Amino acid sequence: MILPLAVRDLVLRFGQANVLNGLSFDLGGSGCTMIMGPNGSGKSLLLKLLHGLMTPSGGRIEWGGRAPRDVTARQALVFQKPVLLRRSVAANIDFVLRARGKDRDRRDALLEHVGLGHKASQPARLLSGGEAQRLALARALATDPEVLLLDEPTASLDPASVVAIEGIVADARARGVRVIFVTHDIGQARRMADDVLFLQRGRIAEHTPAAAFFHAPQSQAARDYLNGRIVV
Amino acid sequence: MGEAVTLALQLVLSGDPDLLEIVLLSLRVSLTATVLACLIGLPIGSLVAIGRFPGRNAVLIVMNALMGLPPVVVGLLVYLHLSRSGPLGFLGLLYTPTAMIIAQTLLIAPIVAALSRQVLEDLHAEYSEQFRSLCLTRVQAVEALLWDARYSLLTVGLAGFGRAVAEVGAVIIVGGNIDHLTRVMTTAIALETSKGDLALALALGIILLVIALGVNAAVQSVRMTATRQAYV
Amino acid sequence: MQIKAFGAATIATLLTGGAWAQEQSIIVQSTTSTANSGLYDHLLPMFENETGIKVNVVAVGTGQAIKNAENCDGDVLLVHARSAEEAFVEAGYGTERMDLMYNDFVIVGPEDDPAGVGGMEDVRAALSKIAGEGALFASRGDDSGTNRKEMALWAETGIDPSAASGDWYRETGSGMGATLNAGIGMGAYVMTDRATWISFENKQDYEIQVQGDADMFNQYGVIPVSPERCPSVNAEAAQTFADWLVSDEGQDAIAAYTVADQQLFFPNASSD
Ligand SMILES: Nc1ncnc2c1ncn2[C@@H]1O[C@H](COP(=O)(O)OP(=O)(O)O)[C@@H](O)[C@H]1O
Ligand SMILES: [Mg+2]
Repeated sequence: MILPLAVRDLVLRFGQANVLNGLSFDLGGSGCTMIMGPNGSGKSLLLKLLHGLMTPSGGRIEWGGRAPRDVTARQALVFQKPVLLRRSVAANIDFVLRARGKDRDRRDALLEHVGLGHKASQPARLLSGGEAQRLALARALATDPEVLLLDEPTASLDPASVVAIEGIVADARARGVRVIFVTHDIGQARRMADDVLFLQRGRIAEHTPAAAFFHAPQSQAARDYLNGRIVV
Repeated sequence: MGEAVTLALQLVLSGDPDLLEIVLLSLRVSLTATVLACLIGLPIGSLVAIGRFPGRNAVLIVMNALMGLPPVVVGLLVYLHLSRSGPLGFLGLLYTPTAMIIAQTLLIAPIVAALSRQVLEDLHAEYSEQFRSLCLTRVQAVEALLWDARYSLLTVGLAGFGRAVAEVGAVIIVGGNIDHLTRVMTTAIALETSKGDLALALALGIILLVIALGVNAAVQSVRMTATRQAYV
Repeated sequence: MQIKAFGAATIATLLTGGAWAQEQSIIVQSTTSTANSGLYDHLLPMFENETGIKVNVVAVGTGQAIKNAENCDGDVLLVHARSAEEAFVEAGYGTERMDLMYNDFVIVGPEDDPAGVGGMEDVRAALSKIAGEGALFASRGDDSGTNRKEMALWAETGIDPSAASGDWYRETGSGMGATLNAGIGMGAYVMTDRATWISFENKQDYEIQVQGDADMFNQYGVIPVSPERCPSVNAEAAQTFADWLVSDEGQDAIAAYTVADQQLFFPNASSD
């Protein structure tokens, strides 16, 4: 297990500006953490730092005592805009299974699981937004991650696609995968979250269990956000 | 001009064996050179595309500059090496199709390297974060880039082939334009021009153009199929 | 992977390419005039039939032909620049030089003959007149046999045409055919060997203006490249070819070659 996660005084600087400004938080071994906050508050950068794709300017991140870079392979990140290979749907999964030394017979089951079995031989880049995102999820699951990082995977998808993706994620979570999920969709957060980490301008405005967050948010920023008021 | 077109048609329709021999040698030399140039140029292009190493900018500049290498200079360099009094003279390759293949390979390898570098770097910009997330090895990443860029690289190969099949400066020096041995389309055109038989020279030029059109059309149709599948 | 299969096929092609040149064959480093006039197409099938030796002709300017032969990139040298040929043998690059045949140089010019040299025999006088009139003159300027001959003639007129280079004197730096094309294109006089001129197909309104001077004589020589200097040469086959050219049979064959009913080369090997 690479959990729990401990983040201490995390700073990320671009030039003079601190885009992440001293984050400290802990995440336990199971469940689904939703990261929320206005645009530009640093959610995507935080996910990349947790995943080991970027190096912090200060502070530290430890996954069960290990640096993110050493555990990248034990996590999977689904980007907001999935980057799919210029190949068929099936070949996209085959590629990951082969690259990561996984059992290649799992491909069909994975595609069925995300509802893309009938699209296996189609060019991946002609999939609709929802289908593409499901393929990206299947690819992430193909690596058997212990932690699933999701960066607004349902933004700009129709309601049916959102439900489908939430179902797949819930299923993974039920099988013990730790989920860290960035979203702007308050309804989605309500449905999925065990706890909420609310970011504002590179700082943690609050980190509370879901029930408390939606019932009585402690920070003014979260209250405004939930009430649909503009927060910057 | 009209005379040349008539003559070109006559030559082709009569199945002139000398013409066939020259055309086939042109294709054999330039296609082989293209394949070899790809074997040399693609690894170099990939290396520079995804590598970050000191002196990379200098390599880039040199690579791009070498694209403009004059064929006669390449021919001369190869001649000096393959000449009996040169370091590789013992191989006895001067005035053989092999010498012509070597010269054209050296002529177009920089083109393949420089153009493929551009193609692969653009694709890498799109894929690199996803690849790092999937923890691909460098070799796996390059393999995937080469495969996904295959249709664009086909065009790169075509650019190299076009340059090879159209050049006269290098092959005439190292091949010697020997009848039935090293005479190709371009050297035959140069010869007929120097004999003042401009109509025949132009007729050969027209045939060369038609061959080039044919090769381009074939590649284009492959590319169009690929574009339809969003594989480009 | 596919790439590996590609590579194997390529290497196979390369090897067969190398094997192609393996039959009994020689390379002749030749001046262009003999090649462009079609003489070899006439001679070589006879020789090849008789001896089974394949003759590959590399046709370049005399200067480059000599240079290539000095680099051991030929088995036989066939050019027309007597003193350079003798120097070649003197330096040990060739076994012996044999007179082979001759034709002559002519000066061709446009029909309207701007310098008024038409019909002149005295080539020096004609050159002086062209220079005096400032009429365009296209020179090969490529150190070929023809070019060397032209420069020698200029030297005897006391005129240094290179002083007017780019003005009325135009050096193309190319072969005979290219220089004729260029000269005809710009309306310049051109000195060419008669064989090239007769078989040249882009004459337009050009005609021979100056001919008949004894000093316009153009002697061709043949030299086998020395195996002592160049161990890689096929000395035996080279000698066979040179000997055949100067034999009665070869000489008759040269005399028999005509273009437009005109004999292009006049055999004059000494029969010793
Ligand atoms: N490479 C970069 N250079 C400079 N600033 C950046 C860079 N990447 C992101 N930022 C800035 O960092 C802030 C946080 O970005 P991000 O984490 O993508 O926000 P979000 O919370 O919407 O996902 C934004 O203001 C963004 O403009
Ligand atoms: Mg974001």
